Amino acid sequence: MATEKIRGAEALIRALIAEQTEYIFGYPGGAIMPVFDVLYDYRDQINHILVRHEQGATHAAQGYARVSGKTGVVLVTSGPAATNIITGLSDAMMDSTPLIVITGQVGSSLLGSDAFQETDVVGITQPVTKWSYQIRRSDEIAWAVARAFYIAGNGRPGPVVLDFAKDAQTGLTDFDYQPCQFIRSYNPYPAIKPAEIDEAARLINQARKPLILAGQGVIIAQAEAELAALAEKADIPVGCTLLGLSAIPTDHPLYKGMLGMHGSVAANIKTNECDLLIAIGMRFDDRVTGDVNQYARQARIIHIDIDPSEFNKNVKCDVSVLGDARAVLQALLPKVEPARHTEWLESFVPCEEAERVKVIEPEIHPQKPLMNMGEVARKVSEATGNESILVTDVGQNQMLSARYYRFKHPRSLVTSGGLGTMGFGLPAAIGAKIGNPDRTVCFFTGDGGIQMTIQELGTIMQYGIDVKIIILNNNFLGMVRQWQALFFDHRYSETPMLNPDFTMIAAAYGIDGERVATREELDDAIERMLSHRGSYLLDVQIDPDGMVFPMTPAGACVTHIMLNATEKYE
Amino acid sequence: MTDKTLYTVTVYSENQVGLLNQISIIFTRRQLNIESLSVSASAAEGIHKFTITTYSDRETMEKLVKQIEKRIDVLRAFFYTDDEIVFQEVALYKVPTDKLLDDSRIEELIRKHNARILEVNRTYTVIEKSGHTDETQALFEELSRYEVMQFVRSGRVAITKSTVEHVSLFLQEQQYRQNQL
Ligand SMILES: Cc1ncc(C[n+]2csc(CCOP(=O)(O)OP(=O)(O)O)c2C)c(N)n1
Ligand SMILES: [Mg+2]
Repeated sequence: MATEKIRGAEALIRALIAEQTEYIFGYPGGAIMPVFDVLYDYRDQINHILVRHEQGATHAAQGYARVSGKTGVVLVTSGPAATNIITGLSDAMMDSTPLIVITGQVGSSLLGSDAFQETDVVGITQPVTKWSYQIRRSDEIAWAVARAFYIAGNGRPGPVVLDFAKDAQTGLTDFDYQPCQFIRSYNPYPAIKPAEIDEAARLINQARKPLILAGQGVIIAQAEAELAALAEKADIPVGCTLLGLSAIPTDHPLYKGMLGMHGSVAANIKTNECDLLIAIGMRFDDRVTGDVNQYARQARIIHIDIDPSEFNKNVKCDVSVLGDARAVLQALLPKVEPARHTEWLESFVPCEEAERVKVIEPEIHPQKPLMNMGEVARKVSEATGNESILVTDVGQNQMLSARYYRFKHPRSLVTSGGLGTMGFGLPAAIGAKIGNPDRTVCFFTGDGGIQMTIQELGTIMQYGIDVKIIILNNNFLGMVRQWQALFFDHRYSETPMLNPDFTMIAAAYGIDGERVATREELDDAIERMLSHRGSYLLDVQIDPDGMVFPMTPAGACVTHIMLNATEKYE
Repeated sequence: MTDKTLYTVTVYSENQVGLLNQISIIFTRRQLNIESLSVSASAAEGIHKFTITTYSDRETMEKLVKQIEKRIDVLRAFFYTDDEIVFQEVALYKVPTDKLLDDSRIEELIRKHNARILEVNRTYTVIEKSGHTDETQALFEELSRYEVMQFVRSGRVAITKSTVEHVSLFLQEQQYRQNQL
């Protein structure tokens, strides 16, 4: 059967539409103009969001992907645009976020000649992508796009780059799109081994002091119900990694808080007291484990993950269970016997009580005039009925909003975990709102981080996107200042910041907002922000001496927990 | 530092551009030096085989091989110690022909080392020897007493002693997986 011949640029757009792409985050330029030209004809079938910097396109696509579970699509030109996407790719690689980033490239006859705006995109991006491929001929487009979607969105998700030579955009090709269903060299969903399930079940049934560590793998696999079922059936407490937050509701009786450096006292202390760790879809990052040589040495460890290269990478496990978290938990559940671990669960209470008294109460109900980040975060969360999506930037604002926000539903937190990218938040919040328009998106950021991608206020303006922006303004690069206070003798080298009037900047973009200088103004300001139609910015003045606690210093044992600058948890 | 052993890594991959780069950056990230490298076709059609040697410890090798396998276009990767494989390298030596003629001991050397002459002309003679590194090195050292104008040793090539062909098995499994769709 003869198919019609179309130009490569059109083949790309049709392929994206065939994969149900609704949004493209992008920015045009010379080497990608044929594609943008075709896009003009397809405006009724696919929406393009013009960001203000290509880094913003990648983070917006990440925000979109993280709240929706769909693959985010980015379209940019060659050279400087391609180098601008590297941060977003690394971030998506670290945090297992499905992205397809299409970069324009000079014509194939010019490749390797240092042509205008040529960069070796495949060479640069290989280390920070799941797959990176250069399309040199129009006939490869359908195959490459199909493969890109399959790779980005299946198994452990990740970013894919398609570097699209200009002559492949203009050349003619038959268009016959077939989604990819199989790659010989890549099996995204390996079959679950019954022996591994049996062994895991045996350890769980024997355990007297089990502890579950839930990571983002639970959310990616949509295994939230199975996670809760396992925890409830065998009466197992659950700690979440930063990216695993919202995998289980914050108010679940078995939820024991966040793991790691700024996690809850109980979850960290009990890691080194449990007799069994059940790690699900998490990768034992050093921000979670602290010193690996002193991490959970007393415990048996079951590691459930879809990526075999994570097994024994950072922490040695006794049983590895390869597979999708949901499929594994479904297989495991019938073999797990109902159990009660009352004494074990009661042993969490003193830790929780110490943290409540020493850390949480002073943070959310401070007896001082200056405001804390945690109290603002808790207030905003509650004012939305704990129903909103939290997007954060990086720094103290990130840790404290993640700690004090409360989550009812999965996919309620979008944050940069593995890479810790300042500037991630604003574009990610835009993408999150587009990816889930029905939910309120509250974006917490710092005075430093917002200025790394502040130009994306223009994107908000152009598309009338509704993002609630809360700047936790301490006029400091606060997290760095905290380390300087604790470990560098209060020498505040290059961390105080002179900031602009953020409400005036917002106003220039047609975004309403206000400065909140005192606690008395806070409730009303939050109310005005949430009832406002459209984006709104709160510039909240925060105690510049504020610190994030609890804190396990980098490289220390998980049980080495500072409750404040002078007191260690004993 | 733990004791370092020479390991041979074999990687089977699809025939895609840029794979060598993808594989070598994983060695670089783990601070592993590639001692030798050879790339060729394998017994299975369209599948490339990389043979790489590096000094490391078993734990690092386990992680390395899994990270290599994680690359989409890689089919399988393995690592072996010398006793698990049959391996060989080939070395070429270029020596001045007059030295060869002047001294009959060189001819003896060639015979003793099981080497052979590939090419002779008035100026130079090219000698070839295959063997393990210590063997090709021994000949080099002996020839150096006369003169060696050029010397080169190939990367190691290796074949497993295992009675199971893991790659063929893997390909069969993938064929089965495809048929299930
Ligand atoms: C792109 C980038 N540069 C530098 C850092 C290092 N860093 C981590 S937190 C931080 C301070 C952030 O300051 P601010 O945005 O004001 O947030 P705060 O900690 O004060 O809440 C810095 C500089 C980073 N994570 N990302
Ligand atoms: Mg700050």
